[in-house]
Amino acid sequence: MTEQGKNKGSVTIVLFSGDMDKAIATFVIATAAASMGMQVTIFFTFWGLNVIKKEGGLIKGRNWMQKMLNIMNYGHAKKLAISKMNMFGMGPAMLKTMMSHKKVPSLQEFISMATALGVKFYPCEMSMTVMGLKKEDFIDECEEVIGAVSYLSIAKETTINLFI
Amino acid sequence: MNYKVDKSIDCTGLSCPLPSVKTTLALEQMEVGQVIEVLTDDPVSKRDLPVWAQSTGNELLGVEEEGKVIKIYLKKAE
Repeated sequence: MTEQGKNKGSVTIVLFSGDMDKAIATFVIATAAASMGMQVTIFFTFWGLNVIKKEGGLIKGRNWMQKMLNIMNYGHAKKLAISKMNMFGMGPAMLKTMMSHKKVPSLQEFISMATALGVKFYPCEMSMTVMGLKKEDFIDECEEVIGAVSYLSIAKETTINLFI
Repeated sequence: MNYKVDKSIDCTGLSCPLPSVKTTLALEQMEVGQVIEVLTDDPVSKRDLPVWAQSTGNELLGVEEEGKVIKIYLKKAE
């Protein structure tokens, strides 16, 4: 860890959820912390992987179960459900409108701001294997694919650790 | 109070955490010792930006209010 990280603290966030509202909360904290000079790492695991998936490519995976899971769980930063009042997609659409009225950035804008501030994104290796996903399925902003041990080796050095 | 402002950013209408994020990104393009003026109408930023300055080590020169607009002056530190 750099000297800067030690003085100003650092944050690791595990994003397990693939809900849009929870992803936005994650990125609000991540960008705020990065603006304060803290080192920020987000570990995307399980449903959270949807946040960093590229658009398109409906059918992914090797066997029929993985393919079915990926079709039913199709999503990316622009297409995520919300954790409450989803109402078959009406909820997210209304929430996006309300957010843009208040000039709150969209999830894609948050992702590019976080990248500009040096926030690091790591996809979880184990969830990817289970779901049959490859590194190419994720946006280019992602660092290498890591496992729980690598995540913990970063997390144990940090001052704040969140699971969302 | 008058400061020699090197750069001014307009964050009016923006809410948390954008004013501090935009300030950080703007400061990256500036030299040490230069002064940035941040315009905001978000009452939370009036409280948050001084905390941000303390945490990042940048110097808070002053906070002024003109009607709804809050002007925050910061000097870039190393």
